[in-house]
Amino acid sequence: MAADLALDGVGTTPSRAGTGPWRQAGARLLRNRSAMVAAGALVLIALACLLAPLYASAVAHTDPFVSNVSGTTIVNGQEVQVLQQSTEGLGLGVTPIGPTWDPGHYLLGADNQGRDVMARLLYGGRNSLLIGLSAALLCCALATVLGVVAGYFGGWIDSILSRCFDVIWAFPVYLLAICLSVVLLTSGLHVGPIHLDAGSLAMPVVIIALIYVPYVARPLRGQVMALRGKDFLHAAVGIGAGDARVMWREVLPNVLPTVVVFLPLMTALNMLTESALSFLSVGVQSPDASWGTIINDGLALLYSRPMITISAGLFVALTAVALNVFGDGVRDALDPNARLRGGA
Amino acid sequence: MLLDVQDLRVRFGSFTAVDGLSFSVRQGEVLGIVGESGSGKSVSMMGLLGLIRTPGAEISGKVTFRGRDLLALKDREMRAIRGKEIAMIFQDPMTALTPVYTVGWQIAEQIRAHEKVSRSEARKRAIGLLEEVGIPAPGKRVDAYPHEFSGGMRQRAVIAMALSCSPALLIADEPTTALDVTTQAQILDLMRRLRDDHGSAIVMITHDMGVVSETADQVLVMYGGRAVERGPRQAVFHHPRHPYTWGLLDSVPRVGGPRVRRLATIPGTPGASTGGGCPFADRCAHRHAACDEAPPLVGTDHLDACWLPAEERTR
Amino acid sequence: MLGYITKRFGAAILVLFAISVLVFLIFFATPGVDPAARIAGKNADPATLAQVRASFGLDEPLPIQYAMMMKHLFITHDLTSFVNRGVMVIPQIIDAIPITLSLVVGAAVIWMVLGVVMGTLAGAMRGTLVDPLVMLLGVFGVSLPVYWLGEVVNLITQKELHDSVFSWVPPLGYVPFSQSPGQWALHLLFPWLTLALLYAGIYARLLRGELINALNEDYVRTARAKGLSERRILIKHALRCSLIPIVSLFGLDFGALVGGAALLTEVVFGLPGVGKLTYQALQNLDLPVIMGTVLYAAFFVVLANAVVDVLYARLDPRVRHAA
Repeated sequence: MAADLALDGVGTTPSRAGTGPWRQAGARLLRNRSAMVAAGALVLIALACLLAPLYASAVAHTDPFVSNVSGTTIVNGQEVQVLQQSTEGLGLGVTPIGPTWDPGHYLLGADNQGRDVMARLLYGGRNSLLIGLSAALLCCALATVLGVVAGYFGGWIDSILSRCFDVIWAFPVYLLAICLSVVLLTSGLHVGPIHLDAGSLAMPVVIIALIYVPYVARPLRGQVMALRGKDFLHAAVGIGAGDARVMWREVLPNVLPTVVVFLPLMTALNMLTESALSFLSVGVQSPDASWGTIINDGLALLYSRPMITISAGLFVALTAVALNVFGDGVRDALDPNARLRGGA
Repeated sequence: MLLDVQDLRVRFGSFTAVDGLSFSVRQGEVLGIVGESGSGKSVSMMGLLGLIRTPGAEISGKVTFRGRDLLALKDREMRAIRGKEIAMIFQDPMTALTPVYTVGWQIAEQIRAHEKVSRSEARKRAIGLLEEVGIPAPGKRVDAYPHEFSGGMRQRAVIAMALSCSPALLIADEPTTALDVTTQAQILDLMRRLRDDHGSAIVMITHDMGVVSETADQVLVMYGGRAVERGPRQAVFHHPRHPYTWGLLDSVPRVGGPRVRRLATIPGTPGASTGGGCPFADRCAHRHAACDEAPPLVGTDHLDACWLPAEERTR
Repeated sequence: MLGYITKRFGAAILVLFAISVLVFLIFFATPGVDPAARIAGKNADPATLAQVRASFGLDEPLPIQYAMMMKHLFITHDLTSFVNRGVMVIPQIIDAIPITLSLVVGAAVIWMVLGVVMGTLAGAMRGTLVDPLVMLLGVFGVSLPVYWLGEVVNLITQKELHDSVFSWVPPLGYVPFSQSPGQWALHLLFPWLTLALLYAGIYARLLRGELINALNEDYVRTARAKGLSERRILIKHALRCSLIPIVSLFGLDFGALVGGAALLTEVVFGLPGVGKLTYQALQNLDLPVIMGTVLYAAFFVVLANAVVDVLYARLDPRVRHAA
């Protein structure tokens, strides 16, 4: 409808000497206030997590990976035990100190091993963000290759790939991830040239990336199939271009916007999945930490020191919100009518 | 005078799509509005019917229909007129109908929105309308879904729907552009016949001079949101007065006569010149100093908006 | 039509078979992994390992092991748990189904109502404050980790505000409907709300997008030109067309949830449904139970896929003739 009212670019100075669609999309994204706020929040979080070692050594003066069960710290000028006698219930056991709101001394309190929660959150954030992003990149890369090949060639290649997607996707997502994690965590993955240790961070990355491949590949395949009938493809084939060349030069640039839209959304989704897996103890393994493991750690202390679980969950939630809002902005910028659901 | 438009202006922020358009339509008359894409022809019609929903759109002027100013009406009052006294059909028949309801249901919906009629009565009328527009087996087709009709048939169904309440005015926005030439001829025939049978006036928006020459009584040529020439069909086609009209008529290939090496075109690209002068100035071969000021539409029966003196109006 | 159904049926069986093989392979045939070690535990001695291998027939060739398991599951119906000796798998699953159904159906009703209302409001009132507000709620719903939200809800209702605002909230667990409908609903209230929040967010966002697209379509313009009221256009034309992808997605999500995808919610709220059963089986590496629950889950997903395909044809006339 906007087309026949000739409203494209209304109210803006018309761009004369051809700005490419990517640059126009970029301009639209920059104008989107909520997306920019979200991007800013993401940068801040990422920065804070990257500077985790700085925080740990320079600000909090702790090593968040070393137990500090019998250590002491300064609260309100007084020296106190990090793990204190529990005053709840029967008075047995120890309870770590709660939030002191003092960046130098256990800002958000200690966990049950006397470690500084805030420092652990920042370190954990590195892993959560890293895994989420890597898994999203791997997933999108794989899905693009498979989706384009399936959609372009059709026939039996498409049949096999589509059936594989169906099987993986029919397997309830979390179940598949848990199954794979349970199995691979006992002794790692050794397939041909790929050797992954059980405790390696690459394990959750690979598992999470694999299970979401059908989610991204199916819409891409649908898009490619719709493109197959288009004239510009016939033209390319007509001038003698080989399949690989056509896929690389003609098909790929057309599906790229969809992939770009998927990236932030998949990062959020993968991050949430990783935290769920870590929560179930089948994701990131100790001594590594992630926001999911911290949520899990905090459960035992949920009623006495809720801040541990709450803060970790808030970090996950806020990052996911920022990624989703940013992802929406990217989608609005690239194509206001983007359709990302898979074909039937 | 059925419809009298005076100084219609439609603005979207700083962009003026329709800049002071005036024309009128009599009972039973066919007005052909010609112009390129972006000349404001569709926007002006949608504006006067209150169909522009873009936020920030400003519509001003005076549109008198059967004695009432349409632009001053509240939305509820306008709704009673839309579909009942003024109907509008659009360019692409393939997407004009809601895909999940049968054609008969959609026609009946329009009837029952304006008249107190029972469902069965409305359905009977729908069948009658489908027959009138030349759709075979109307009794069966009334229960068919839009995607089961071909393009030409769909446009006929859309026309049937538009005429279901016998409107006094039918606005057709490029009704044949999306159809092949044979179907085009059939649809135009149909519209002419219906005009004779129902007595409705028609405003036919098109970019195709051929269509105008066949069907219109009056012709309005638009460029850059303004009317540049207006008058009876014969006069405009045989004695055109505006350089743009000359360009339009020249660019239609002739069947007879000497063979031309190159088809004539109007130099430059569509889009009104900025700067407040004549919108056609950028592309006009006869541009001179006076053209920095926009010429008014002047004349009696046959009007034009151009500064050129009468002697130079030869092609 | 019959041929189509048979083909679908055949494809579904194939997918289920593939999934059973996949599960089997994951647990029994991943390279570099010894199933006996996983069943016996990480630090078992060679004697225990040998014993485990013998008693579970793990020395047999893989296809035989697979065939044996399938036979127990489908033919003799006497598949027993590896961990809880003697407890049969299928009755365990059947006992857990009503709990999962109670959770999922209740949550589904809530999230659909919430999602449709929120999505319609946001789409119809675009440009006003309602739209971004509703969408923000939606984004939060999608971004909160479900299990974390559940734990926080528990924290608030069971501990922090248990003495004041939430004193009426019962302890975690499940009460069968036949025993006490009131308690059944009360125990399920917060699980319903927690699970529904996530999905309401997803559906509200999706519906809003679809509705906005629909409102820009030509057929809406035609409807306006017909003189119909905005409300009628919104509900009978735009919404009706936008709901088609919503309904099909709902079918898929509902199928997955009935199959046990709500396992995190069940674990957090202590509801002994199929999800919790699966989770415990995975923790104990109780392979027969895992096999049973995974196949049960996959069955529902495949069934839901097929139902959705058929439903789609009913809802969208354009697809009917293409099938």
